[in-house]
Amino acid sequence: MSTALESKVRIQREDFSVTDEIEFMKKSSRNIGGITTFLGTGRELNKGENISELNFEHYPQMAEKKLGEIRERAIKDFGIIDMSIIHRIGHIDIGENIVLIIACGEHRQETFKACEWAIAELKRTTPIWKRETTTKGEVWVQATP
Amino acid sequence: MITVKYFANLKQMAGKDEDQFDISEGTTLEQLSDLIRQSVPQLGDMVREKKVMISVNYDVVPLDTVVKDGDEIALLPPFSGGM
Repeated sequence: MSTALESKVRIQREDFSVTDEIEFMKKSSRNIGGITTFLGTGRELNKGENISELNFEHYPQMAEKKLGEIRERAIKDFGIIDMSIIHRIGHIDIGENIVLIIACGEHRQETFKACEWAIAELKRTTPIWKRETTTKGEVWVQATP
Repeated sequence: MITVKYFANLKQMAGKDEDQFDISEGTTLEQLSDLIRQSVPQLGDMVREKKVMISVNYDVVPLDTVVKDGDEIALLPPFSGGM
């Protein structure tokens, strides 16, 4: 598990600063003209249940490998300049940051597409699991849209 | 010797993080599910019924995949990362 800002694919317990992460990515190239970010945060309601806290677990090494593959494919397939993907694990309170994807490109179109594809691909291929604590107890969440 | 790791709700079902098994040459994941069943019956059945994904050395693979000594296998329930 890495927490150093210089790594563009990270799984970490600590919170991250969206501003610092964007500033870091802007240094990738002087050709960046558009940046799209996706920030996932902990929400209080899921399927009508009140959630008091979230816990994320991951499969070390495989999760980092999959995030690295997503980043490489996004750069190659969408023609963007760079991408970073950061996902938190462990205990997360409602409203806290969970996941951040930053797509940097020369123009906006490819960064919108790459960012949307990357979060969908993360949910599909990356071994990370969410456990919600509700008034009825703890529940491991199955795949969500 | 191979290691089989369990995650999320599967870890709770198993009551442990992992198992280790001695296997013979040419053993497939489908055959390995019999060994898993001896350790955690419910998980062995879930493998056979394809209710969980299986990875070998960090890649998801089909049940007819042959495993070898030293491989790291994991039983993976549906992913729910993101938000």
